[in-house]
Amino acid sequence: MARGKVDILLAGVGGQGTILASDILAEVGLQHGYDVKKAEVHGMSQRGGAVESHVRWGERVYSPQVEAGQVDYLLGLEMLEAARWTNYLAVGGVAMVNRHRVAPPSVNLGTAVYPSEEEIQQRLARRASRIWWVDGTTVARQLGNQTLAGVVLLGAFSGLLGDPEDFWLPVIERLVPAKFAESNRAAFSAGRKLWMEGVSQCATCVS
Amino acid sequence: MKKLMTGNEAFALGAYQAGVVVGAGYPGTPSTEILMNFARYPGVYAEWSPNEKVALDVGVGAAYAGGRALVTTKHVGLNVAADSLFYAVYTGLKGGLVIINADDPEMHSSQNEQDNRYYAKFAMVPMLEPSDSQEALEFVRLAMEISETFDTPVIIRSNTRLSHSKSVVTIEQEGMVAVGEGGEAAAGERPVYERNIPKYVMVPGFARQRHPVVLERMACLTSYAETVPVNHIMQGSPKLGIIAAGVAYQYAREVFPDATFLKLGMVYPLPSELFKKLVSQVERVVVVEELEPFIEEHVRLMGIPVMGKEVFSRTGEFSPDKVRYSAARAGLVDSPLQAPPEVGPPLPARPPMLCPGCAHRGIFYALQRLRAVVLGDIGCYTLGALPPLNAMHTCGCMGAGVGVVHGMDRVGVRDRTVAVIGDSTLFHSGIPPLINILYNRGVSTVIVLDNRVTAMTGHQENPGSGITLLKEPTQEISIENLVRGIGFTKVDVINPYHFPEVVRVLREHMDCGQPSVVIARYPCILHTREKYPPCTVDRETCNDCGNCLRIGCTPISKVDGGVDIDGALCNGCGLCAVICPSGAIKAAGGTPATGINAGQANY
Ligand SMILES: Cc1ncc(C[n+]2csc(CCOP(=O)(O)OP(=O)(O)O)c2C)c(N)n1
Repeated sequence: MARGKVDILLAGVGGQGTILASDILAEVGLQHGYDVKKAEVHGMSQRGGAVESHVRWGERVYSPQVEAGQVDYLLGLEMLEAARWTNYLAVGGVAMVNRHRVAPPSVNLGTAVYPSEEEIQQRLARRASRIWWVDGTTVARQLGNQTLAGVVLLGAFSGLLGDPEDFWLPVIERLVPAKFAESNRAAFSAGRKLWMEGVSQCATCVS
Repeated sequence: MKKLMTGNEAFALGAYQAGVVVGAGYPGTPSTEILMNFARYPGVYAEWSPNEKVALDVGVGAAYAGGRALVTTKHVGLNVAADSLFYAVYTGLKGGLVIINADDPEMHSSQNEQDNRYYAKFAMVPMLEPSDSQEALEFVRLAMEISETFDTPVIIRSNTRLSHSKSVVTIEQEGMVAVGEGGEAAAGERPVYERNIPKYVMVPGFARQRHPVVLERMACLTSYAETVPVNHIMQGSPKLGIIAAGVAYQYAREVFPDATFLKLGMVYPLPSELFKKLVSQVERVVVVEELEPFIEEHVRLMGIPVMGKEVFSRTGEFSPDKVRYSAARAGLVDSPLQAPPEVGPPLPARPPMLCPGCAHRGIFYALQRLRAVVLGDIGCYTLGALPPLNAMHTCGCMGAGVGVVHGMDRVGVRDRTVAVIGDSTLFHSGIPPLINILYNRGVSTVIVLDNRVTAMTGHQENPGSGITLLKEPTQEISIENLVRGIGFTKVDVINPYHFPEVVRVLREHMDCGQPSVVIARYPCILHTREKYPPCTVDRETCNDCGNCLRIGCTPISKVDGGVDIDGALCNGCGLCAVICPSGAIKAAGGTPATGINAGQANY
């Protein structure tokens, strides 16, 4: 039985694969020997709305949702959505964010402004001890499918956790449809590689 | 075997293992996936009924005949099925009947957050409430046993956080597990209906005989609730006793790790003796329950002083931080974790929108341009009410709009009023009000947004889809034959992407002064995965009029001096190209909007 607890919050936009990424994380936790719970709200998410998913690993997990201010890792599949959940991060927590913008309707209409990367960085830095920017969508596009960005991010995250690659790959293969196994495996390895190369644009902040 | 399962997956497995042979329901978040998962098990029968009342009657019929039946619904669906629930409680059943009802505190995807525990009390039917997926699995079996032992339907109450959360389930046995008495069909025998007129025909004379039976049954169930193992005290500190059930129990466990707990797996009828026992063991009793003070009222009526709704909110969904914050404010926990402070200025919100390429968009844009008063209904198309379309003006519950438009007509408000209703919603509850318009000499226009699928809840089959939940081909119910059969003579079927035609036909119907139906038909492109090359903007020609921004399509964004279309998001339907007055937006030929007859709009 694994000890301690790991609370992860994933934030993204409907259609980005946030739920698949959280399913993978939940299974990985189980494989680590943790008790696991995972919570999200489906329904409106398909319509391009915000999606957040809580994944909790622990010796014994009660609530399916993480308590605000207790998240160890905030994984943002989209920058604005990552920023939105900053106050869920524990002081000293870690944020890993896909450098990808999806403008919400008010921004498209010109009635609101999408915050700059610096603003988002500053916001996250109010609580995060480390912030990692990952060009997940760029890499996923190079692989031919931008919805693989979540799995690219997971590849980098597995590196951050220090898990061996083949601890995760079988889980991913089990969870994605067979015809997408190869591309997801490639996405994961690409993310892993980004991590190994130091996630070139790493920003370390002190708070 | 250990497996991560959502509450809904666990309910489905529980039902299969408990030998359920018939499952019926109508989609509704967060309950939908129960039946979708159940339908995949070998040898079961499962159906999407047109609405929850039909589903419950189907379940009752199966159970009358001795089969074990499952009915699934979201909380508001039980309103629709309530009439059937009340008679089934009086008659009882031969096989077990379990209704899984999913509440939606916080209204993540609902029009209200009613607390359906009151249905248990109102209809006098036992109710169980699991707190994780393991219990979801086990409680279906228990509910079946209770149903057959006490000759009553049983409701299992879920909610969004149980249905849609995953937790670890230990599965002892693959396949079916034989349980309890009765349930002949479950044991593989052919069910036989036994005639019993006084029990099953609820005319006043017989119903009067059944009411005392129901009361006696409730008395037995009340004693049962005192000893059923799912209601139990977990010894902790004598200072604080917590009463909780369902997911609220999980939050409470996080916030009060040392307290003594009375965990209720059965939330109706409630175990008074257990409450007394808890009170005798602790200094102070607190009820942690989402929504209404259902348990609290019972305990207070017993004369036991408890804290409940003066501490915890009666609105919205709980979370560990909300429970902790409320508890800290009331002095129930020593070291309050402050609600984390906001960490910056407000960020732009991201509400759900009609999908890029959605067929509903053109209709709402046309209605907006025609300045129609749109009496709406529930489905994806309700998003037509949001900016920038702002083109739906009422929406209460499924099937409401068609009645509401007629009510307005009867007070003389009929200029440009139309009702809009989706195909699934029409089959659900739109037909009686449609009949009403004709019967009571109304003149309203009803627009049926017919995308051949129940899209809102994730593309479930419906009577217009030509396919069943078990993926068998079936007759497609024709909406035009249906409305003509009722007697509507002015009926038009249009392609919602053919914008000029949409405007022309809608205008004509609104002006015609007679009852009429417009069927806007195009299969949901998200479901059929229809996609075209993305539209493009010729920035030279674009005169920055902003027309295309008014259709509220996510890929189109305002940029300096014009607009831009995100090719990765655009579905290529071509609506924006058709409504662009300067011809600056280009779409591929032959898309839904630019195809044959689509033409150019003079807007
Ligand atoms: C009584 C009740 N049952 C179920 C629901 C959940 N629900 C909301 S809209 C809808 C159906 C929408 O389908 P349709 O009318 O075809 O419109 P679409 O979403 O396809 O545009 C359902 C099942 C509800 N709100 N109320």
